[in-house]
Amino acid sequence: MIISVASGKGGTGKTTIAVNLALSLQNVQFLDCDVEEPNAHIFLKPKIYGQKKAVIPVPEIDQAKCNYCGKCREVCAYHAIAVVPASVEKKGSVLIFPHLCHGCGACSQLCPFGAIREVDKEIGIIETGEKDSMWFVHGRLNVGEAMSPPVIRQVKQYINSSKTVIIDAPPGTSCPVIAAVKGSDFCVLVTEPTPFGLNDLILAVEVLRKMAIPFGVVINRADIGDAKVEDYCEKENIPILMKIPFKKEIAVSYSEGIPIVEKDPSYRDKFNNLYLNINGLKNEANSHHKR
Amino acid sequence: MTLAVNTVRTADVIERTVMIMKICITSEGKTLDSPVDPRFGRCRNFIFFDSETGNFEACENGNAQFQGGAGIQSGQLVASKGVKVVLTGNVGPNAHQVLSAAGISVFTGVSGTVKEAVEGYKNGKYKAAVVPSVGSKFGMPNK
Repeated sequence: MIISVASGKGGTGKTTIAVNLALSLQNVQFLDCDVEEPNAHIFLKPKIYGQKKAVIPVPEIDQAKCNYCGKCREVCAYHAIAVVPASVEKKGSVLIFPHLCHGCGACSQLCPFGAIREVDKEIGIIETGEKDSMWFVHGRLNVGEAMSPPVIRQVKQYINSSKTVIIDAPPGTSCPVIAAVKGSDFCVLVTEPTPFGLNDLILAVEVLRKMAIPFGVVINRADIGDAKVEDYCEKENIPILMKIPFKKEIAVSYSEGIPIVEKDPSYRDKFNNLYLNINGLKNEANSHHKR
Repeated sequence: MTLAVNTVRTADVIERTVMIMKICITSEGKTLDSPVDPRFGRCRNFIFFDSETGNFEACENGNAQFQGGAGIQSGQLVASKGVKVVLTGNVGPNAHQVLSAAGISVFTGVSGTVKEAVEGYKNGKYKAAVVPSVGSKFGMPNK
């Protein structure tokens, strides 16, 4: 089963939930897909034994074959290509802006003259490792690069479906989040009982409903703020999987880089319950589908 | 080899007053009395002015709403119109690269009305921008 942990708002506790859930289960593979700022390794402290470049295919022009027809520019959905036609005074040129390129391949596929080939451009790194018996993979986008989805997809190529896969997703509701949660059997949305938490939770719920991924909510720092998140979940028939209190011991443990289940093993039961909740809901969603 | 960028030759600039040419001015409106738009890639309109006949054509900038690549595609548009000179407030790095490749001189720091910009240009008031005057995303609505 693939469980992703996401949230509309940043800083609600995705990594805390993902890490502690992973440590409370057996036969787990952990993927940190927040490749713009991966931090699960700070808590899990895995032994890294493998490294691989993360790449994006970008176009390269064969000047000998190109006649500056402009087809590549026309089909580029990301406006990453400019074609300056040849004139009496000078040769034409094709300008590629790799930072805008999403690596979709349209230009190379549709060039009428076969003048474009794709070359891999390094945009990040994938690291694999182990924490006790837990398998660990994370990706890291290079500083200055903008396209994180290709790195996220390359992290996800390591998914081993014989294991319980926990995906720590990036925050928000845009492309990187879609890339991270896509293909999950269940998604845990972490939120907090504040107006910001609620606003961004609603956005995330809309995304998951569109993607048809079953989901439930974890309310972190559940005893601060107001009851509007709970009211919303009740109204929308969204299961609340777990509530975590606003406690100093949790914050202290976090600040030391120690998962709370390692400091206070009684939390293991709570995260085990979270898993049982998820499993039940996932099975329910499946039988719903079959009907 | 991905691309070759040709820099603007100074000779092109010096010859500007004697050449018959098309000038592009970024503009907030569609007349010669409109204020110059200080952005290139995300300007509201392009005005293409024929320095010989004094005729002009106003063209709404459909690239202004792009999430990314507005400067590149605006540079492309201007190049396709056979323009030799661009008068604007600022130009970003990507647009500058496209305009340079097309052999177009960009004059930045231009303000006032479109008419005043053309006059100022004819009188040699502006300097060609050898480098971009602003960074990426300068013209984005919320910046």
